[in-house]
Amino acid sequence: MAYLRAFGSWLPERRVSNEEIAPLVNALPEWILEVSGIAERRYADNSDTVAGIGLLAARDCLEKAGVRAADLGMILVASGSSDRFCPGPACEVASGLGLSSTPALDIPVSSAGSLIGLILAAQLAPNAGTVLVVGAEIMSRRITLDPENKNSAILFGDGAGAALVDAENGFARIADSCLFTDGASAETLYVQDGKFSMDGQAVIMQASRKMPRAIHELLARNQISVSDVEVFLLHQANLNLITRVASTLKAPRERFYTNIDRYGNTSSASLLIAADEWYAKQTATISGPLVFSAFGSGLNWGALLAFPIRDKQATS
Amino acid sequence: MDQQARILKVLRQVTGKEISPGVDESLFVSGLLDSFALTDFVAGLEEEFGVSIPDSDLSARKFDTISKVSAYLASKA
Repeated sequence: MAYLRAFGSWLPERRVSNEEIAPLVNALPEWILEVSGIAERRYADNSDTVAGIGLLAARDCLEKAGVRAADLGMILVASGSSDRFCPGPACEVASGLGLSSTPALDIPVSSAGSLIGLILAAQLAPNAGTVLVVGAEIMSRRITLDPENKNSAILFGDGAGAALVDAENGFARIADSCLFTDGASAETLYVQDGKFSMDGQAVIMQASRKMPRAIHELLARNQISVSDVEVFLLHQANLNLITRVASTLKAPRERFYTNIDRYGNTSSASLLIAADEWYAKQTATISGPLVFSAFGSGLNWGALLAFPIRDKQATS
Repeated sequence: MDQQARILKVLRQVTGKEISPGVDESLFVSGLLDSFALTDFVAGLEEEFGVSIPDSDLSARKFDTISKVSAYLASKA
């Protein structure tokens, strides 16, 4: 068994509006909002590091759960924008938490990394106990704000999210998951030589098909109908894509939690930032299943299904 | 109904408009299709022609004009 126990997040203070970046990419602020649903995003300071902001989200998560870092059995850190490829940020997050022997592994996958982390954590928790999953991204350093790159540059923001997956305690039991990789389209989305590259049209087409398919498969094999789902927590890639996934699944759009309007696409951090915000807003018992889904470089995509087990205040 | 007429029928269903683009007119440049609509178009083609179009073929280049769609479907026959 594995349970979702807590979430955490950290976002930079600096807000970057569409009005600020529009002239740099030779676009109108209204166009950015229309094609992405993004009104503003956050950019990290020059002194911030991917590991550093990941650590802040990790601490937030541990504090909310009332769990000591020393009690962690494993740490997984997802990032497609890490400052250093090898070793990646996981070891620094662990060190920052004061840990010197807890295994800490990197998941160098943009956008889908946190979902992969949650799915792996659910598999590992029965042996590892409590697994900390972190998604941390400083995408603003991987994009170029110029007209040539406007379609991708307008999307991204910086931030970090975290989750605790526990073998025994939590507010929702992770019941099932599915994960897929298709390397044939790897060239459509990658980070190389420090720069992010994306064929937005191809990625939208792939994601529009693959994400609903993964969610549908997961729900069908667990005999859950779309209307039963309490919330869909998706990678905040583009508001139009999220709306599209809802439409394809014939699910009410309001069941899809979104914060992309305020934070932009924070790549692998976005799923956990959204989860943290959504969970913090829950004042009543969570009654229906939770569905997580993401799509990212690789291409990697998938979905995770969790069932609430009791009132959240009683378990954290 | 010939193949191109059936392709046009699917295109009209997807766009919701009684359009009549030229067979070599770019459906993307003309604004009739975008990345989201293409997935509907592909799903409609699968249903209309009884073919399975793999994700790896999801490219605007293959579905940019009615002629290209026609050639693609011929290659699947």
